[in-house]
Amino acid sequence: MKIQIKNGRLIDPANGIDVQKDVFVAAGRIAAIGAAPAGFVANRVIDATGLVVCPGLIDLSARLREPGFEYKATLESEMAAAAAGGVTSLACPPDTDPPLDEPGLVEMLKHRARHPNFAHVYPVGALTLGLAGERLTEMAELHEAGCVAFGQAHVPVVDTQVLMRALQYAATFDFPVWLQARDPFLGKDGVAHDGEVATRLGLPGIPVSAETIALSTVLQLARDTGVRIHITRISSAAALEMIVAARASGIVVTCDVSINHLHLSDADIGYFDPHAHLVPPLRDRRDREALRRGLAEGAIDALCSDHTPVDDDAKQVPFGEAEPGATGLELLLPLTLKWAGEMQLSLNTALARVTCDAARVLGMPAGTLSAGAAADICLFDPRGSIRVTRESLKSQGKNTPFLGLELPGRVRCTLIEGHVAFENGR
Amino acid sequence: MRNPQLTKNGELQHLLTIDGLPREILAAILDTAAPFTEVAEREVKKLPLLRGKSVFNLFFENSTRTRTTFEIAAKRLSADVINLNISTSSTAKGETLLDTVDNLCAMQADMFVVRHASSGAPFLMAQHLAAMGLEHIHVINAGDGRHAHPTQGLLDMYTIRHYKQDFTGLVVAIVGDVLHSRVARSQIHALTTLGVPEVRVIGPKTLIPTDVGKLGVRVFHDMRAGLKDVDVVMMLRLQNERMQGALLPSPQEFFKYYGLTADKLACARPDVIVMHPGPMNRGVEIDSAVADGPHAVILPQVTFGIAVRMAVMSMLAGN
Amino acid sequence: MPLPDAERLCAALADSLRPGLHPDTALIGIHTGGVWVAERLHAALGLKTSLGSLDVSFYRDDFSRSGLHSQIKSSDIPFEVKDRPIVIVDDVLYTGRTIRAAMNEIFDYGRPARIDLAVLVDRGGRELPVCPRWSAQALQIEPGKNLQLERSKAGVLSLRLIDA
Repeated sequence: MKIQIKNGRLIDPANGIDVQKDVFVAAGRIAAIGAAPAGFVANRVIDATGLVVCPGLIDLSARLREPGFEYKATLESEMAAAAAGGVTSLACPPDTDPPLDEPGLVEMLKHRARHPNFAHVYPVGALTLGLAGERLTEMAELHEAGCVAFGQAHVPVVDTQVLMRALQYAATFDFPVWLQARDPFLGKDGVAHDGEVATRLGLPGIPVSAETIALSTVLQLARDTGVRIHITRISSAAALEMIVAARASGIVVTCDVSINHLHLSDADIGYFDPHAHLVPPLRDRRDREALRRGLAEGAIDALCSDHTPVDDDAKQVPFGEAEPGATGLELLLPLTLKWAGEMQLSLNTALARVTCDAARVLGMPAGTLSAGAAADICLFDPRGSIRVTRESLKSQGKNTPFLGLELPGRVRCTLIEGHVAFENGR
Repeated sequence: MRNPQLTKNGELQHLLTIDGLPREILAAILDTAAPFTEVAEREVKKLPLLRGKSVFNLFFENSTRTRTTFEIAAKRLSADVINLNISTSSTAKGETLLDTVDNLCAMQADMFVVRHASSGAPFLMAQHLAAMGLEHIHVINAGDGRHAHPTQGLLDMYTIRHYKQDFTGLVVAIVGDVLHSRVARSQIHALTTLGVPEVRVIGPKTLIPTDVGKLGVRVFHDMRAGLKDVDVVMMLRLQNERMQGALLPSPQEFFKYYGLTADKLACARPDVIVMHPGPMNRGVEIDSAVADGPHAVILPQVTFGIAVRMAVMSMLAGN
Repeated sequence: MPLPDAERLCAALADSLRPGLHPDTALIGIHTGGVWVAERLHAALGLKTSLGSLDVSFYRDDFSRSGLHSQIKSSDIPFEVKDRPIVIVDDVLYTGRTIRAAMNEIFDYGRPARIDLAVLVDRGGRELPVCPRWSAQALQIEPGKNLQLERSKAGVLSLRLIDA
């Protein structure tokens, strides 16, 4: 299959390109940019007039809910959501049921995800057995089965000796470790940021120190063990400052933030909206402003959806009892564009955080339209928009605090390895 | 976002929290409560306002006292009252809060009085009723988690107005476990809305919520300093389980530093009134000599509470 | 249409009541105009039983339609109702619904010996079988109008016709 994408505005942040150029795809790869290679005869021509042509998005955290939570979502439903959102690669955290702590589970997941319409799936293996924080998983075996990194989703390792040994062991093989900074005790009954909103609503609070204390532990252990560390879902200005300072002191550390924390604060809990019950909690407006600036300046490496489909039954309960999480695969691009517009950033800078920068964190040669790269491509209408409704979401999870909002950008077409996985709403 | 407890016309549809209610509505509830106090002195202590209406007392958390006051209020208004004590164990068996609500709606409920351990549960009910097109069914929050206990806050305001007439020159102190107290939160919002110029909260740092100053109160950790020249002292109940989570060392030490004794009360104005939402822990947060002393208005609070709840129920039923 | 003088009607009403009174008779005025009239009658008749007053808001039959209005007054019955002759006093008698509400309320204080009704003006338009024993003046008022008793700062009573 040879495809010519013509008349589009080509944006490739990895190469700093923003020009009107055609893209030529052959054998699942980018064959050429600009002029057709010698002898290229397109089987299909896609007219991208008025559209942006960019690398397919890379989402550093999307829960597919398999195995174990098929009543919340399935691979089929969530892969349809990914394609509709222009997402062509995604990392999935290990908090499935059972957790991704055995090579067989990972192989099964990789096998199930092998479909031309499905985004590339990069499992993050469990760092400890059952995420229980006691015994190490067979990381090398899990790596061979397809895990690209190891982590704990948002379950903290309570025993710091176990944590240090897990980091040492991962560092032996140079496996990256992805951890969320979350103290196991501070705010353990908490459901919202410990501040004015939680006080007003009578919700048990989670202080910022629950993040910074755990972050401090992880950063020191990362320095001592030399492990490649990635901090997932930072939520506060204080945590960002610590990461910037750690880098200045020579620690190699990357981090990401979710679309929810980029756009919302604890005030968006409103009248106990259970969709705003998230882990980590939405913090206050100053934290959000710091995260937005940090992502713009590159202090935060990547933006992810933290896609977490939750069934209605688990959300139709009082705020504190509601299962945390929000659906997001289909909102990643629109919320990237919204942020870019509000911060007056170039599309090159903004899209980098969900393409080449995310690929760098993932350690994969993806997120670019360089000749020879995999033809994972997203075509979107930057002047279009979507209204977020239960009906419009392809994800089985209808849970998002952005429900009812109109967001900028509309994906027209998604190509995965040169295969059209999504086109004009399907 | 529209305040879910008000109708499109700004009338009270549900009573979920005092936070965000306009001063006029608070004043109207207190004004309406006044004529209801007189009903208790009649031969027939009943009014026909809620005749033929079904009021469901939905208590997911046990509280005989609060349930009883709502029951009396509803019965004095001639409503049919159905009490449901739903322990958390039966909800753990599978039926959710909203399943229960749907079931009772099918039994033609007109009003729910709900007590729940989770903050926000009555909001969930009100939002659900709106989504089901059942706006004619009213919800009264009888205490949700740490969030709100609006009728308690209102009856406290009624009591203060009864003894002090005017709110605008008062200094009021709320003492004890503010962190876990839905009563304190409702009191704070009611007092600030009604124009009390100085509201203080007094307690150890473990029991004072983060950023409570942003609700418009002054924080004191020294009780004598906090009680200086106050007109009203509102004591809070201290739950015994607070000793477990390392919030306090012992009831004895709490009593020594934050228990209300005649000695500490002497720092307040000579005509100070002392209030308590009950049930009291004598010797923990309040000394018997004060609880039974001349400044205490704790029993009148209970009496006024029925009139205030009658007023709230009547106003909701009429809107 | 010229309206009659309210003060003169009060005096006439007192005169017509006087022969029918029992030593224990108590007057109960209905808020707000009925209380003003009852105060006049009470003074003119020199009754020894204190004057009572009712706000019938809690007993109105249109509660479920129009709800509670604000500024409800407390009812005040400062005497034993049981076995006592009672005269309900109101300013204007119209549909009779207020009087029904007042009788219901009075019975919640006890079982009176009898209840009579005295009004300043009977404007017709009854919707219940209610008939005043004493009425100082009968007037035909069209349905779209309200006849109201007002009291000036100096305390003088007067009638006024307004659009409903």
